[in-house]
Amino acid sequence: MLSARRITEEARIQADEPASPVMRFGADAPLAMDAGVALAPWQIAYQTYGSLNAERSNAVLICHALTGDQHVANVHPVTGKPGWWETLIGPGKPIDTDRFFVICANVLGGCMGTTGPASTNPETGQAYGLDFPLVTIGDMVRAQAMLVDRLGIESLFAVVGGSMGGMQVLQWAATYPERVFAALPIATGARHSAQNIAFHEVGRQAVMADPDWRGGRYLDHGVRPHKGLAVARMGAHVTYLSESALHRKFGRRLQDRAAPTFSFDADFQIESYLRHQGISFVERFDANSYLYVTRAMDYFDLAAEHGGALAGAFRGARTRFCVISFTSDWLFPTSDSRAIVHALNAAAAPVSFVEIESDKGHDAFLLEEPGLFGTIRGFVEAAARARGIA
Amino acid sequence: MSEETGAPGAGEAERAADAPGPDETESTRLSVKAAGAFPGATVLGGLLPGGDVPRERPRQALDRGSLDDFYARADHVLIADMVESGARVLDVGCGDGSLLALLARRRGVDGRGIELSRQNVGECLAKGLAVIQGDADTDLADYPDDAFDYVILSQTIQATRRPRWVLEHMLRIGRRAIVTFPNFGHWRVRIELGLKGRMPVTDNLPYSWYDTPNIHFCTIRDFVSLCREVGAGMERAVALDASGQPVRVNLPWWAWNLLGDQGVFLLRRGG
Repeated sequence: MLSARRITEEARIQADEPASPVMRFGADAPLAMDAGVALAPWQIAYQTYGSLNAERSNAVLICHALTGDQHVANVHPVTGKPGWWETLIGPGKPIDTDRFFVICANVLGGCMGTTGPASTNPETGQAYGLDFPLVTIGDMVRAQAMLVDRLGIESLFAVVGGSMGGMQVLQWAATYPERVFAALPIATGARHSAQNIAFHEVGRQAVMADPDWRGGRYLDHGVRPHKGLAVARMGAHVTYLSESALHRKFGRRLQDRAAPTFSFDADFQIESYLRHQGISFVERFDANSYLYVTRAMDYFDLAAEHGGALAGAFRGARTRFCVISFTSDWLFPTSDSRAIVHALNAAAAPVSFVEIESDKGHDAFLLEEPGLFGTIRGFVEAAARARGIA
Repeated sequence: MSEETGAPGAGEAERAADAPGPDETESTRLSVKAAGAFPGATVLGGLLPGGDVPRERPRQALDRGSLDDFYARADHVLIADMVESGARVLDVGCGDGSLLALLARRRGVDGRGIELSRQNVGECLAKGLAVIQGDADTDLADYPDDAFDYVILSQTIQATRRPRWVLEHMLRIGRRAIVTFPNFGHWRVRIELGLKGRMPVTDNLPYSWYDTPNIHFCTIRDFVSLCREVGAGMERAVALDASGQPVRVNLPWWAWNLLGDQGVFLLRRGG
């Protein structure tokens, strides 16, 4: 078990020198960002699993969610925990690494080796901090496309992701329709709702209210806004669960005590649990990255890029879609997924849609919920047959 | 597992505790009702109490394709004959996707489906079909005008809450609509109701009145008048007998209404 301090130091190293492969782009290959900046130099950290076939037709891109990273199916180099989607991805798993070449990259603005606010600004030798341009989902996808180009892959067999990862899937399908054979947007929406922006804003304000944030320049001062970021995480974490799951797991049970202490201690198990969530998160995640990536989700509105009509984003799409939602997800409710399906129907795109029964809220997409993996496996197998992947 | 890579979250405990269970069987209107709708079943079987007549033909074909075709339901084969090659088709209440798969094999259609049961949708996905989990009673409104050449409602209209609304939307979404349904005017049904005074329970209608998903039964004549009311033109109308064969002889409506076990209608917008 690594000490918290050791983990924090390790996380800091990962921002510039990740444990995974990195693709570096110099002044000759700037990244054109929506903020109007040509970012250079920049880098993207990624993992791959399995091998690319001779036809280069079996590549699957996995897009991670808000606080995920490229370590989707391997032990995490900082926390030592299993990959965040290793139940789905691996040999013989629904996304079978014996058949498919799986790629997962840290998003732009992240803190695990892809350029972001925690990366060192080559002009100053200090971390970018708030000097880093604001990032959009479109920027993340453009960066991934440049990585995929460098890997010599013209067209992806599938792009798969949940939550913010699902937003990237939709952006991929809209921006590079000819490069995406199959798309699996899970527990996501084509735009971030007002309620979701509100939750993110609360989280960001918590970070910025921490005196140790220092206007975003905390790394220069050798401090970190741990308290603010932990509060942000605690609040966000509640939105990933559901009332019934919280009740089932914690109820009103007390934490290691027989009676309330008449204090503000973590009397209740749920309080103790949330505090743990907050504390373990800040050890590995950069506070400014949290600001940037939440902002990217807030700005996401795929219809707005196409004159307000979402169907316009998918006009003429030949990509086959499988949209999945969960009954108890109130962060990205089924109605968000249905809006995507509606637009895909209007665009005459081949779309399938499944709503999975689950009481585990938004986080259900990360779990082996009954029906979820079977659905993904069936869709992926059929798509692989259609593409002629052995 | 929380939405992150590592911290021991609620989900991680769940992951250990909740081994993937069998998919729950969803009792759904649009899928369940098809269970007994195999016209090949013996004519009298359903009338005899406890008569154990097999309701389904063998479902596991050894070889996809030809054997699937061989075992295809008679009403499905008839529908396949009505559909032009390469057409865009929406199958409303598509069940496990066997009709869509048949249409793709025989007619090379670009097919889509709507199905209420998640389990059935999963089977459709595994067949490579594009199917949406949804409810015909509400979701048809989401489709644009003229999106399809054919919209099919096979053995489903009697299970919808708003049959007229559904039919009107079918004719808005598609250039043509194909509707098949069990005929409540069939002589067996009339015997059950007229002579025994009981709600009929037959091969084709295997449910008791209190748990049936079929809430809007109609006769062939009823359906014909609904078509007139919504201004649908009838291009073809076929009555299938209890063995699934078309009633060939040219008979007046009242006779079809008596002999037809199922009605199969090819409709177009505007009478």
